[in-house]
Amino acid sequence: MNWSAMGDAFPSVIAAFFKVTLVSTVVGTAVAAALGLVWAILGRSRTRWVTVPVKVVVEFIRSTPLMIQLFALWVLLGSLPTEVIGIAMLGIHFSTYMSEVYRAGIDAVPRGQWEAATALSLPRSHTWRAVILPQAVRNVLPGLGNYAIAMFKYTPFLSVIGVGEMVRTAQDYGSNHFEYPPVFTLCGLIFLAASYPTSLAMRKLEKRLGH
Amino acid sequence: MATEPANPEADASATAPSAACIKFDQVVKRFGSNTVLDHLDFSVDRGERVTLIGPSGSGKTTILRLLMTLEKVNDGVIWVDDEPFSHMRTPGGQLRPANEKHLSAIRRKIGMVFQQFNLFPNMRVLQNITEAPIHVLGQDRAKAEARARELLEMVGLGDRADAHPSQLSGGQQQRVAIARALAMDPEILLLDEVTSALDPELVADVLNVLRDVARETDITMLIVTHEMQFARDVSHRVLMFDHGRIVESGPPDQIFGNPTEERTQRFLRAVLEER
Ligand SMILES: Nc1ncnc2c1ncn2[C@@H]1O[C@H](COP(=O)(O)OP(=O)(O)OP(=O)(O)O)[C@@H](O)[C@H]1O
Ligand SMILES: [Mg+2]
Repeated sequence: MNWSAMGDAFPSVIAAFFKVTLVSTVVGTAVAAALGLVWAILGRSRTRWVTVPVKVVVEFIRSTPLMIQLFALWVLLGSLPTEVIGIAMLGIHFSTYMSEVYRAGIDAVPRGQWEAATALSLPRSHTWRAVILPQAVRNVLPGLGNYAIAMFKYTPFLSVIGVGEMVRTAQDYGSNHFEYPPVFTLCGLIFLAASYPTSLAMRKLEKRLGH
Repeated sequence: MATEPANPEADASATAPSAACIKFDQVVKRFGSNTVLDHLDFSVDRGERVTLIGPSGSGKTTILRLLMTLEKVNDGVIWVDDEPFSHMRTPGGQLRPANEKHLSAIRRKIGMVFQQFNLFPNMRVLQNITEAPIHVLGQDRAKAEARARELLEMVGLGDRADAHPSQLSGGQQQRVAIARALAMDPEILLLDEVTSALDPELVADVLNVLRDVARETDITMLIVTHEMQFARDVSHRVLMFDHGRIVESGPPDQIFGNPTEERTQRFLRAVLEER
């Protein structure tokens, strides 16, 4: 086995990491965080016509495999670039987990806050924006961060619809040069180098927010 | 300008059919199979201050929460200023349960101070007070802040406008909550055991603020309290509740000094022994 292949593969692998894997994670997290909040707020609507469909959709996405969802969206939206489809599906998939984080964070805001807002006649939308969400944010940041890291580790799935993310790039190099172990080791090291410090930072944040 | 409770006889000549500011008409409230208010009738005049007393679970808080639209009636109608409050009129003149639009229009007349203060911890004291005047009444910021500072002065916290609620004692937080409710110029103020969560030495300041409010405004007040001396000082009338019904009602001197009902006597003895 030729461990110097790690060095030879490094430029193309690290380029794929920054251009595809990292970008997918960051944009996917933004999509998931925004959409997850939408699910959580709709889930608290007063009409069943809203809460029940939202619940069904969220449960469905949460309980089916990401890989199948990627294929399904790719078939549906085949004309779009695969990177866009991949990021959208990562975002949608993880939004269903993040909505649960939001739900818990919002539930942790005491009921008296809603009641005080009602007693002051504050409209519901203003109560969300000015009273509830600012208090919920500190409850949800650690949970959202953990799912962002999880999403990062799911990015290799994007290769099934042909996205050239880091692991796929490494695999291509491996099959061209018959050097699989070194290039996959390289991928593992890059994942570790990126997610371990992020986890530590998350844990620090959690402590600072008093969890 | 202390106002006497409006006299129903005198006001009846006006267009309004009665002077009642609040009227409960055969109100029923259930939680599951537990009937908390059972065809309750009572009314409160404009400017009147009424204290509700009674044992735990007798329905006092429920009455205030119904008025604050935090709960809905199961049967009967609540009227405020001779307009249906728990209900609304259909074009045909029938009454049907209020929708959110009706409630949000009508609840502005009413303010409430809670046992647990419920200040917004993410806002400073001043913003707690100005938030609703600015975003609900549409006051401009300068006017709302000037009024908020006046109210803070009145509750003895003129120098704490920029504090966070967590930096205040319970008694101070409750005085801010009173200022916050008053900033909306409510016609009716609901006070639910506003000193029960406070350390004993902080109670007097809060009660004195409320005595000032009673003396200087003509706000209609519904008060739930175990502070009997305070109730005697500020209220025009006391209602004694048990199991969601009024057992006895009368002026404070009579209810506290010479109650006729055995249930009232027993309750007052129990409260006195607690102290
Ligand atoms: N949200 C609720 N769900 C179920 N039961 C409730 C609810 N709120 C009140 N109750 C019940 O209604 C009854 C009356 O309660 P309420 O809080 O009005 O009494 P209260 O007179 O204010 O008593 P206290 O002096 O203890 O505050 C009680 O039996 C209580 O358990
Ligand atoms: Mg109560």
